[in-house]
Amino acid sequence: MSAHPAKAQRVGMEVSIAVSHAVQMARAEAIAAYPITPQTHIVEHLSSLVANGELEAEFINVESEHSALSACIGMSAAGARTFTATSSQGLALMHEILFIASGMRLPIVMVVANRALSAPLSIWNDHSDIMGARDIGWIQVFVKNGQEAYDHTIMAFKIAEHPEVLLPTIVNLDGFILSHVVEALEFIGQEEVDGFLPPYQPRYRLDPKKPVTMGAFAMPEIYTEVKFAHQVALTNSARHILEVWEEWAGLTGRRYRPVETYLTEDARVLFLTMGSLTEVAEVAVEEMRAKGVPVGLVSLRLWRPFPFEALREAVKEAELLIVCDRALSPGGPGGPVHSEVRTCLYPLETRPATVNYIIGLGGRDVPPEAFHDILAQAQKEQESGPSGEFFLYGVRG
Amino acid sequence: MDKFGYAQSQKYDTYAARLLPREEFFTSGHRSCQGCGEALAVRWVCKAIGRDAIIAHATGCMEIVSSGMPQTSWMHPWIHVAFENAAAVASGIETGLKILARKGKIPEPLPAVVAMGGDGGTSDIGLQALSGAMERGHNFTYICWDNEAYMNTGIQRSSSTPYGAMTTTSPPGKRSIGQATWKKNMVAIAVAHGIPYVATASPSYVFDLYFKVRKAIETPGPAYIHVLSVCPTGWRSATDLSVRLGRLAVETGVFPLYEVVNGRYRLTVQPPKLRPVIDYLKPQGRFRHLRKPELDLIQRQTLAAYELLLAKCQAPYPEFPVLTPEADETSPEGA
Repeated sequence: MSAHPAKAQRVGMEVSIAVSHAVQMARAEAIAAYPITPQTHIVEHLSSLVANGELEAEFINVESEHSALSACIGMSAAGARTFTATSSQGLALMHEILFIASGMRLPIVMVVANRALSAPLSIWNDHSDIMGARDIGWIQVFVKNGQEAYDHTIMAFKIAEHPEVLLPTIVNLDGFILSHVVEALEFIGQEEVDGFLPPYQPRYRLDPKKPVTMGAFAMPEIYTEVKFAHQVALTNSARHILEVWEEWAGLTGRRYRPVETYLTEDARVLFLTMGSLTEVAEVAVEEMRAKGVPVGLVSLRLWRPFPFEALREAVKEAELLIVCDRALSPGGPGGPVHSEVRTCLYPLETRPATVNYIIGLGGRDVPPEAFHDILAQAQKEQESGPSGEFFLYGVRG
Repeated sequence: MDKFGYAQSQKYDTYAARLLPREEFFTSGHRSCQGCGEALAVRWVCKAIGRDAIIAHATGCMEIVSSGMPQTSWMHPWIHVAFENAAAVASGIETGLKILARKGKIPEPLPAVVAMGGDGGTSDIGLQALSGAMERGHNFTYICWDNEAYMNTGIQRSSSTPYGAMTTTSPPGKRSIGQATWKKNMVAIAVAHGIPYVATASPSYVFDLYFKVRKAIETPGPAYIHVLSVCPTGWRSATDLSVRLGRLAVETGVFPLYEVVNGRYRLTVQPPKLRPVIDYLKPQGRFRHLRKPELDLIQRQTLAAYELLLAKCQAPYPEFPVLTPEADETSPEGA
């Protein structure tokens, strides 16, 4: 792979490598990372891009993920375009600092190769890691394939650094299922990326000529107002996210929406998925449609800020919405996505019934057949009245 | 700041106090306790750092007394992120500045990068981040404000609390003499990283402190300075004794002032004769419960550690305690 792909060059490439090329084309200036499977290929390849002088950047190998994000805060506060990547336990170790990065409004971009959390230790994919970080105040996007991972990594910088956004941004891609898979991808040229993403102009930075105090503490008189400002900025970022995605569509022809729909017209039953599961569900839905079953698919791309209106619009005609979660909230209502979807739909006068299936935990494979099975089960549950708050699909014992 | 550079530093050892900078970088109006030795240290360290610097501060006393939104006592560009990561943040700042300069976005020479944290934020929870930053060789200076316990949260013991000291989590009792462990040797840990400059300092010896900070700033690569910061609130000492206690710590050999330049030890302040440690311990309420066996043990340990240090410094062996203990004038309310 050349360092400077030609316009709309189609290449076969591992998705992690494609992500690192996206970071290269975005001209990230400072990177701090710590190795954790399955994110490693991203930072390994970035290291070699820096080592070979193909990316003009500084890469520091820190001694933990906690320090990785802490160093990223320092880099970003110094005024550099900053990137990191992590997974699972690494994201959990960063947890404390995740909130600080967004509270300090630093436009760091992070790719999370989603992986299960211990115990028991599992290096394989699910969404437990990121669902434990729902409330960190970052913009969060999910991608379903390598092309989207490449596109959204570049776009994340533009969104995060927008002067009216200034929020750190996470691109979630499924560990192994996406990160380690070779896909056919379309790259755009460096010139196009440069035109799309100008150099980062920090609003404030640590500069002895214009000294500022960053990270001051807040008394009760002012803490709520700071949190409110953060909340407003995150909610309002939706507008700018759409602008950036629209601009990308003009550049590449690939148009992204906060809530994607697939064969939803006159669908009575809808599946809702996130991440790579979406492509599997697309196959299943096509098969069902071929048999004449009126089924459609809705996938959540934008997780934060949550696209309330778009989701309501997408599912309002359906009778049954089957929400597929890839994380479990033990002792709670089941899957975190289902909880939020129900909250979103509750104010509607007419809304679909929802059933929650938790699937694909800790790397358990989810083939298209699983969706056929789930559809049959869910319809039975709907007819008889749900027998539980949620269902852990395919569990033994 | 060139006129206060290391090359010139020896000339100022002639006590030209008026030649030290008058500009204040840690301004008055902060909320530290009366008699705070740490705030005094911050003030002098910031003067020594000079204007062209960026500070990353750990959570702790000096952060909390100085940065209540929307006010600040810091005239430097200053950032606080969390408790355990000041060194990691500083390494990020240093890295960010480096690439921005390489791309021509900011002018050179680059500002100095300084990380600061208390003894808890340095020797306990922040040790890993500090070790990583020192090992990676960032060009930064780390300054530890050592008041020997978690004072900000209410005087809990840290690994830097000295043997025998009473804290709220190492209380003396029927089965406890207070802190049962010996103070962690952070300086030796820093030296073990093979970094070019390590020193101890005290705001009771302003010139010594000032020039050590200058040397640390001007040394390329990581530097570590461990500053003993008298805490009247936590040490249960009289607020007008802070400077005196800092001096007694040195004069008794409890906290010797030395530097380690590229692995070579040098005593920078050498009392010709050591005072007995009781002179230092007695004015502090935190040692009030100690009896002769513990005091003797502390005396023996202090001398043993001091002898080891002298050997490392290849310094002449001074006469050990010959002075009689100080009279009670330095004790709070004559206790």
